[in-house]
Amino acid sequence: MDIATLAFSALYQFGDAFAFLVLSACGLAVIFGMMGVINLAHGEFIMCGAYVTAATVHAGLPLPLGILCGTLVAALVGVLVELLVIRHLYDRPLDTIVATWGLSLIATQGTLILVGSTMAGVGTPFGSFQVGAYSYSVYRIVLFLAALAVLGALYALFNWTRFGVLARATIQVPHMAAALGVDTRLIYSLTFACGAGLAGLAGGLYAPTMTLVPTMGATFIMEAFVTVVIGGADVFLGTAPAGGVLAVVKSAMTSWQGQLFGQIGLLIAVIIVVRVLPKGISGFVLRERT
Amino acid sequence: MTRSVVRGLHAAALTGTLVLTSGAFAAENPIKLGVLEDQSGDFAAATIGKVHAIQLATDEINKAGGIMGRPLELVTYDTQSDNTRYQEFMRRVLQRDKVDVVFAGFSSASREAYRPIVDQFNGFAFYNNQYEGGVCDGHMIVTGAVPEQQFSTLIPYMMQTYGKKVYTLAADYNFGQISAEWVRKIVKENGGEMAGEEFIPLGVSQFSQSIQNIQKAKPDFVVTLLVGTAQASYYEQAASANVNLPMASSVNVGQGYEHKRFKPPSLKDMYVTTNYIEEIDSPKSKEFYAKFKAKFPSEPYVNQEAENSYLAVYLYKQMVERAKSTKRDEIRKVIAQGDVCMDAPEGKVCIDPKSQHMSHTIYLAKVGADHSISFPKVWEDIKPYWLGDAGCDLTKKDPMAQYTPSNPPPKP
Repeated sequence: MDIATLAFSALYQFGDAFAFLVLSACGLAVIFGMMGVINLAHGEFIMCGAYVTAATVHAGLPLPLGILCGTLVAALVGVLVELLVIRHLYDRPLDTIVATWGLSLIATQGTLILVGSTMAGVGTPFGSFQVGAYSYSVYRIVLFLAALAVLGALYALFNWTRFGVLARATIQVPHMAAALGVDTRLIYSLTFACGAGLAGLAGGLYAPTMTLVPTMGATFIMEAFVTVVIGGADVFLGTAPAGGVLAVVKSAMTSWQGQLFGQIGLLIAVIIVVRVLPKGISGFVLRERT
Repeated sequence: MTRSVVRGLHAAALTGTLVLTSGAFAAENPIKLGVLEDQSGDFAAATIGKVHAIQLATDEINKAGGIMGRPLELVTYDTQSDNTRYQEFMRRVLQRDKVDVVFAGFSSASREAYRPIVDQFNGFAFYNNQYEGGVCDGHMIVTGAVPEQQFSTLIPYMMQTYGKKVYTLAADYNFGQISAEWVRKIVKENGGEMAGEEFIPLGVSQFSQSIQNIQKAKPDFVVTLLVGTAQASYYEQAASANVNLPMASSVNVGQGYEHKRFKPPSLKDMYVTTNYIEEIDSPKSKEFYAKFKAKFPSEPYVNQEAENSYLAVYLYKQMVERAKSTKRDEIRKVIAQGDVCMDAPEGKVCIDPKSQHMSHTIYLAKVGADHSISFPKVWEDIKPYWLGDAGCDLTKKDPMAQYTPSNPPPKP
């Protein structure tokens, strides 16, 4: 087997792990990393996006539009959840754990009762391609590109747009932002919706590749939390390098010793990073700059 | 619908029940059957049908006069795909509800979690599920299929058809590990070789690296012993990466109806040995399927474990009637006679007195490119012989243990 094949396969596996970590984590990076809401219902926002995507594709929409619908519905649900529950708990971060955990149980069981124990899949588009002895799924490359695009879009949103500046100001010093005439409640709502929508997007993107069941969110949540925890508070500067580091560890360990060691490696990497950089990677990067 | 109409319906339903109970079973107290199955969580897709099957059989039996004139009453708990719930609810049904018999468990981890409690409180449990085999316990009756029924048929067939290099992809817990040991043993006995093995932790849903490992090993076919809905994502991901290898399994299709849930052709060339699936085209099977669908029209699939659970209720009825008692010791005396048999939807089944496991008709189900099912081969009356041959004889001694090929019963 030649070097190019090996290099491509390593790169592909890295990209695959990176996409999964980043897409799982982006929504949580906004809601937990930025806003400080420990959102245990993150997986259920992902499930919501996946279910809506699959349902709209079954109804005849093309997949990209289905994913868009999934994203929007998850964002709308996010607005509702923020209005009804999260809004009242911003100064009680620990209580958000209980509230969002309850929401996640309600969402999982509610879906089971209303939609049933499974939903038919939609099939992965684009087929496969061959490099050397291995064949690969094209859609996995699409997922990697989508992860990069989401990171780029988040960077642009929070650094270059008026909404981004207002959101960061509101979250850093809410009373000062309010004194300057910012509608902080609206900003909180929109930021939460943005996080929920990103979770929905992750669900929509992964819907064609996975079993659609009410508990599917649970398979994302561990990866999402560890990525955000070691990433730190900044969505772009945290999630991107955290996803990169963890993807290298995970793909290398999995290819060396299998899935179990991939998971063990991931958790050991997290422990080391949290020990060395208590404020996460973005805390480290930002301190270096100033 | 207005309030009063709803109330009227409630009243009608209530009186209906009252008429039934007072008419048929005035003086008799019910026989209580505990049902511990996963109605939510990761395994729910495969197990809700088991609860429905038990309800179906119970309704039929009660309509026909119950067991020895006593109605059968279900005490059902949702074990939530969680092993600790099994332990809690097993204690509850045995100690508080004081049931006569318990039907419990999907995953082997849950069975091994509750089995010591059944032994401790001297209970009586049915495990109506295919599994990795080897449970030699007088407190248990197993109606599901075991490796000598599923693998001794499947693996040689696959090796003859596709070749001798085998790769196993199995769930990383007792079921997957012991089943993989069986596959290894049978492959070796048939002169094949293991191209590779990987164990996947439960709950893992991303398989890119495993898919590449399989391609690297170049097997002739892959044995997929993946469990739970998260791991079922493998098929879609393998198909989209164009792995294109035949697959063999003892758990797929027959439990999780993956061929209905995924878009064709992701399960193309999947071969499964199962003792029942709804596609089986015999009069008995069709009759069972029709009854099931009449009672539960929205049931997504009538699977192997639903049939195992259904026939288990009838087997229990037969044993209680013959023993004239619900006591386990009396029932085991009936089993020891060696002729507890019935005509089940799959065909004739009998309980083996030595192991308290069941003989089965084993159907080889093949999934086509359009996800239709065909049956290239059927093995009739395959006995659960391994435990008996290895030295487990529950008519003489009850070790309450689980054995494997590498850990057989001690020689006397």
